[in-house]
Amino acid sequence: MPADSTLHKALATSAARTAPQPPAAQPEWRHIHAPDARSATTAHLPPRQGYAELKLFLRNPNAIFGIVVLLAMALCALTAPLLFPRDPLAMVGRPFLWPGQDAAFPLGTDSMGRDVLAGLVHGARISLYVGVAATVLGLSVGIVVGALAGYFGGVTDRLLSRLIEIFQTLPSFVLVVVLVAILAPNATTITLSIAIVTWPTVARLTRAEFRSLRQNDFVTAARSLGFGHGHIIFREILPNALPPIIVTSSVMVAGAILMESALSFMGLGDPNVVSWGSMIGGGREMIRTAWYLTALPGLAIVVTVLALNLIGDGLNDALNPRFSEDRL
Amino acid sequence: MSAVLAVENLSVAFGPARPVERVSFHVNPRETLAIVGESGSGKSLTALSMMGLLPRNARASGQILIRTPQGRVDMLALPERRRRLLRGKQIAMVFQEPMTSLNPVHTIGRQIEETLIAHENLDRAARRARVLELMNLVRIPDAARRIDDYPHQLSGGMRQRVMIAMAVACRPRILIADEATTALDVTIQAQILQLLDNLRRELDVAVVLITHDLGVVSQWADRVVVMYAGLHVEEATPAQLFADPLHPYSHGLLAASPRNSEGLTYRDAPLAEIPGSIASARGEVGCPFRPRCPAAREVCGAVVPPPVPHRGDRLVACHFPGILTEEARLVPAFA
Amino acid sequence: MAQRKSVPRQIWRIFLHAIPTVLGIVVLNFLLLQLAPGDAADVIAAEAGSATEETMAALRRSMGLDLSVLEQLKTYLLHLAQLDLGHSPRYAMPVLDLIMQRLPGTLILMATALGLAVVLGVALGAVMSSFAGRIPDRLLSVLSLLFYSIPGFWIGLMLILLFSVKLGWLPSGGSGTIGSSLTGWAAVLDNARYMILPAMSLSLFYVAIYARLTRAAMLEIRNQDYVRTARAKGLSPLRITLSHILRNALIPVTTMAGMHFGNMLGGAVVVETVFSWPGLGRLAFEAVMARDFNVLLGILLLSSLVVIVVNGLVDLLQSRLDPRIGAN
Repeated sequence: MPADSTLHKALATSAARTAPQPPAAQPEWRHIHAPDARSATTAHLPPRQGYAELKLFLRNPNAIFGIVVLLAMALCALTAPLLFPRDPLAMVGRPFLWPGQDAAFPLGTDSMGRDVLAGLVHGARISLYVGVAATVLGLSVGIVVGALAGYFGGVTDRLLSRLIEIFQTLPSFVLVVVLVAILAPNATTITLSIAIVTWPTVARLTRAEFRSLRQNDFVTAARSLGFGHGHIIFREILPNALPPIIVTSSVMVAGAILMESALSFMGLGDPNVVSWGSMIGGGREMIRTAWYLTALPGLAIVVTVLALNLIGDGLNDALNPRFSEDRL
Repeated sequence: MSAVLAVENLSVAFGPARPVERVSFHVNPRETLAIVGESGSGKSLTALSMMGLLPRNARASGQILIRTPQGRVDMLALPERRRRLLRGKQIAMVFQEPMTSLNPVHTIGRQIEETLIAHENLDRAARRARVLELMNLVRIPDAARRIDDYPHQLSGGMRQRVMIAMAVACRPRILIADEATTALDVTIQAQILQLLDNLRRELDVAVVLITHDLGVVSQWADRVVVMYAGLHVEEATPAQLFADPLHPYSHGLLAASPRNSEGLTYRDAPLAEIPGSIASARGEVGCPFRPRCPAAREVCGAVVPPPVPHRGDRLVACHFPGILTEEARLVPAFA
Repeated sequence: MAQRKSVPRQIWRIFLHAIPTVLGIVVLNFLLLQLAPGDAADVIAAEAGSATEETMAALRRSMGLDLSVLEQLKTYLLHLAQLDLGHSPRYAMPVLDLIMQRLPGTLILMATALGLAVVLGVALGAVMSSFAGRIPDRLLSVLSLLFYSIPGFWIGLMLILLFSVKLGWLPSGGSGTIGSSLTGWAAVLDNARYMILPAMSLSLFYVAIYARLTRAAMLEIRNQDYVRTARAKGLSPLRITLSHILRNALIPVTTMAGMHFGNMLGGAVVVETVFSWPGLGRLAFEAVMARDFNVLLGILLLSSLVVIVVNGLVDLLQSRLDPRIGAN
């Protein structure tokens, strides 16, 4: 369309009369009304809201419930020596008191006259300790192994992958039982054994993340700037690989608590400590008459593990928005 | 009615958004109708409405009339289980992405056969024979061996042929091709379009070609419907449209496409473009093209122009049709 | 385009890949045996009642226990090649025979539990996906998370409490009515009665996993282009759900099912103990109590081999289910 045609001028002036005045210092397109054509600059982006994922997480009612319960359990664990200063393994009352029978023992007593409530509150200590410690240990080893395998590739990857595969093939709980039986049961050996069977999952996950992330441009950029491998692995790639690892960690704590309780149930727990599992094991024989001895500690386990799983779900929804679309 | 498919005042709404607004057109037997528009024009939604495949949260109004041996039926008024009987049997569709439109875990023979299982009463041997026949019809080489192949073993062009075989298996009256060749190489495109044209004549089926490619339109279409922002803005034969576009949008489309006959090279002049984007149509009270139209006037912002007949059998939805092509035509000043 | 590899070639490829893993597991097993307190000489001495220092030393020399670790590894491997896993002091049997005696019981229990978990889980997941985002889905989601949080041994005890003690419908332990002379179908049904509760306890955890996995897979598949094609062909909703959606959702489910076999073995340890089910799990428990490390490590080794075999079978199944796998 020639810009100097009479018709064009006639249209332009009439259009200019009806159109809103464009701001000054804009290109000479008088007949353009489309708002996007007018703004030649990129839109002003608001700065990235910090902790957007945290807000998303906190809007999830299930996750809130999980956190509340977990905090309650943690509180129990921390204040147990204050609330129940007596050794929970000490005999303090008549045996086989039912919950509610005696106000001094709100949840009753077991076959040896030990306070069930004290046992439950103290039991939180070993469960949470083993759960968190084993997970931290498993995460550390798993992240390092997975990062090295995924980042360097080649022979390193082949060797480490084979190692991961070996440990994943061994049935986890059987290996834990074998290790604890060999190394004499106490809190440390239990934590170590559980970490030994949980690190492969983290390693596999980390390896997958690193393999895909190391192709990205920001890694090439870092290399060309002269940063060493260590910096790139831990300061560049790892922060981006964290979301699925964070989600997995809460599930790992849940799994560790389940394994610890199973070990204590079997008699392979720390003999100096009261554990929910050992309480269930002790009450097993009396299931016909005093079934509260098995039911109550089990409920404690279920509630704690459920809380952790709810948190894990909430983390997943917050950090992996793609999957939370299913909720719509 | 002699038309095999008639869309009457079709509107589709998703909540407050109305991506298709009172669209009407018809398709005659054994003709190729092209529906042209850019992304966001509503052409794919129109196609899905014709098949009764709109998502659950879409609200459609108007009529989609299909002529079946049992008489005229309105696709939108039928319950789902009746619609299902029409799909594949009277009206069929070929989609854009052949790579993902076939189920990777079933053989192509089985997937073609499924249409026959759903609509026809043949025994196993007869079905297999029909499948081979269809594969030959769409020119898949070595059909007897390929019938047990899986989709990942075929190229894009081959997969699209399989899709076409599935679509024409039960001899539908109408075949919709929604950007069916966009994802293919240019040479394969031409083959597939030729195939569709052959099938149109051999099987007596009307083809609706949904595309954004004016070259395809000029070569294969008998009539063209131009859509913009959910509205039907122009309808003509390709010859009429290319020689004399009446709607400013059609005019812009043609101006923006390089035409070999004019010896246009990039050194001579830059390609004309239609400034702005289709997003500018949102919220417009009058003609949705107004923000991008060089000839927009006050009435354009107030009243939506309906498609009206113009110069015989053409339709155009514009207050000032032909304003951009005829400089000589002076536009009366408006108060 | 490439044709699918024939089954024998796939088996060969799987076998070759597994060899280094098996070697790694064997070496690990050997190392654990070395770590275990007491050795074969102690075992014999214990059986004899007591022994002097000189006798012990002579015994050790005759059994080759004073040789270097590498030499002992060679002996160990040699024994393994002859299918000799050592001798159990507690049961006075070769370890291999003992394990073979108990293995079928565990395999039957695990197969039943896995089958139950897959069937129930997939059904639950299909229901959840068809109500996605609405109340039934949210409720079932939390329910499945609950299943995922319950320890197997505790639910076993609670099920015994409900169905055995309170209702008296099902037996509380064992694998068959003692002293009965039932044969044929009656015997099978009798065994089935004993298997219901243990299988349920073992499978509950996995029902949750498969339900969530199926739900996610079906929701994703529902949006795929080929499902749209199926609808455009006018196929019945039932056929679309079964032949297109579920059929494709099976692929990730079977992958997971294979990976869970090893985990389930661990769960079998506690479940078999709770229900006195005569299997490998309970044998492991008894071995732990008796500190019979030969048996314990024999179980670890053999169960790892079973896991490898099962993984291989799952690989084969996968390539049947997904024709894209195996084609290079």
